[in-house]
Amino acid sequence: MQRYLARRLLLAIPTLFGVTFVVFLLVRAVPGDVTAYLLGDYGASSPEVKAALKKEYSLDQNPAKQYVIWMGDVLRLDLGESIISGRTVTSELRNRLPVTLQLSLMAIFFSLFIALPVGITSAIRQDTAADYIGRSIAISALALPGFWVGLLLITMAGRYFAWGVPPKSYIPLTENPLGNVRMLAMPALILGAALSGSVMRFTRSAMLETLRQDYVRTAWAKGLRERTIIVRHVMRNALIPVVTVVGLQLPILVGGSVIIEQVYSIPGMGRYYITSVNSLDYPVIQAINLIVATVVVFANIAVDVTYSILDPRIRYS
Amino acid sequence: MALDAEILEQYALRLQASRASRFRRSVFSFIRHKPLAAFGGFVVILLIVMAVAPWLFTTHDPDLNMLSQRKLGPSGANWFGTDQFGRDLYTRIVYGARTSVVIGFGVVFVSAAIATTLGVVSGYFGGVFDILVQRLVDIGISLPGLIFIILLVTSLQEVPGLGWKIPVLWRIILGLGFLVSLGSSRIIRGATISTRQNQYVEAARITGASDGRIIVRHLLPNVFPVIIISASIQIGGAILTEASLSFLGYGIQPPTASWGRMLNEAREELVKSPHLAIFPGLAIFFAVFSFNMFGDGLRDVLDPRLRGSR
Repeated sequence: MQRYLARRLLLAIPTLFGVTFVVFLLVRAVPGDVTAYLLGDYGASSPEVKAALKKEYSLDQNPAKQYVIWMGDVLRLDLGESIISGRTVTSELRNRLPVTLQLSLMAIFFSLFIALPVGITSAIRQDTAADYIGRSIAISALALPGFWVGLLLITMAGRYFAWGVPPKSYIPLTENPLGNVRMLAMPALILGAALSGSVMRFTRSAMLETLRQDYVRTAWAKGLRERTIIVRHVMRNALIPVVTVVGLQLPILVGGSVIIEQVYSIPGMGRYYITSVNSLDYPVIQAINLIVATVVVFANIAVDVTYSILDPRIRYS
Repeated sequence: MALDAEILEQYALRLQASRASRFRRSVFSFIRHKPLAAFGGFVVILLIVMAVAPWLFTTHDPDLNMLSQRKLGPSGANWFGTDQFGRDLYTRIVYGARTSVVIGFGVVFVSAAIATTLGVVSGYFGGVFDILVQRLVDIGISLPGLIFIILLVTSLQEVPGLGWKIPVLWRIILGLGFLVSLGSSRIIRGATISTRQNQYVEAARITGASDGRIIVRHLLPNVFPVIIISASIQIGGAILTEASLSFLGYGIQPPTASWGRMLNEAREELVKSPHLAIFPGLAIFFAVFSFNMFGDGLRDVLDPRLRGSR
């Protein structure tokens, strides 16, 4: 186990180098020039000024050299500074990252809240009306474009009911916790609903598989109550993989929050990312990609490790 | 001799007929046992016809601006109303099917081609090549989803070094296809490794079959269901991703009709003309729902592990 963990952690290093290098090259392949954005504000477009600016951000070097410089800074925990605002990327993200994190955690909570009861019911009442309804909900949830639901809720709910309208400005958690949670509830619910589709299907199939196990038949034969069998024998074993599938959904969650933050004007990392791509703020784009990739890589490792801890039959070598 | 040939010919004809009827029978049994999946399949076929010949379904010119009739609500003349330029929204949505269908199938085709090549070759030969490919796949599946695709679609606007422009539709198909392929190449690699251990592969090798022949004749037919299953599940996701990209403004550009793009343009008009948002969103939902339903049914039929259960 320890050797396996060590090997996985070691392999994560070249992976993260690869990911950041691909992103680094792609950012520079976006047509356009970040200095044009900066200088556009001042009306100055003299080649000398541009060259000086490029030199300041070492954009005049070749990409490989730039990457080495950037990576060196990152390894010293310095993410550089935003070309657009001039503030350090760390300080720019300090307020935005927690917002996205909170939104994601709330979305995971909602998705489990929806998915587990529906998936479990669907499995223990297989091929009944409840099962069909549950499965239809799951497939619908997978097909529903979250941004569309958000758009409709904002207008329709605002028009006909007095709720669902996002407030004019963002309410920080530290100032007004209740107002903040109430504000994020709707976007988190939409994100969570989209996520719940695959969790629901996974829960159902895991439950069905476990229900057919010999020890469940034994439990029935012993004359245990259905409730006891489902809760004590089936759920305890079936829900292990469900825990892990949630971890694998993280990339989808991040992508979803980019869109939903845009729809609901939430000042999180996803919205900042879109702004940065549009203004070609290289250091910010690279930093956000690095953060998300790191989270994804470690979530994958964590999923595999938890899996083996929760299920003693699984042994990695 | 002449008689033998005649008998053989008749036999071949009968075989052909029975094959056709077997196909028909399996279609009917699919409809009977998987009504929802069959419905999904029906919508899928409808969408494909719409993509090929949209004019069969419409009454208006998709690009005709009728500026005097902008943003009208649904009516007898304009079933879904009209858009910001006075174009018939129903007609625009029918024409938008082409974008989604082309993206969906294009992505899956690119992905299946890359994933099969990588997966089968990597799984069959193993060794250093396998290790190298698997590290590349590691990088690929760690690229952060939509965030990365946005970058991919905005950046590679021309072939590096050659200066050929790549239209955004192709950027989405190739970029998304490549990204999706890496994940499924893992699955195909696994299937290849487990098939390779069969005795008939060993037997084929002993009789002197070349690697190419073993891959094409013995491995591919067995890995094929895995390819079809992962492809059918990916189509809906690809359509949804295009819609998200176009909604954010990075995808299909006007005047090409795209459902996601329509939603993007509807944002400004939401309060006064909600129909501009309702119908394109419904179209996305229906298309993805149908592809998923159909893919699900297909998986149930093709996946040997699920056969017999349900």
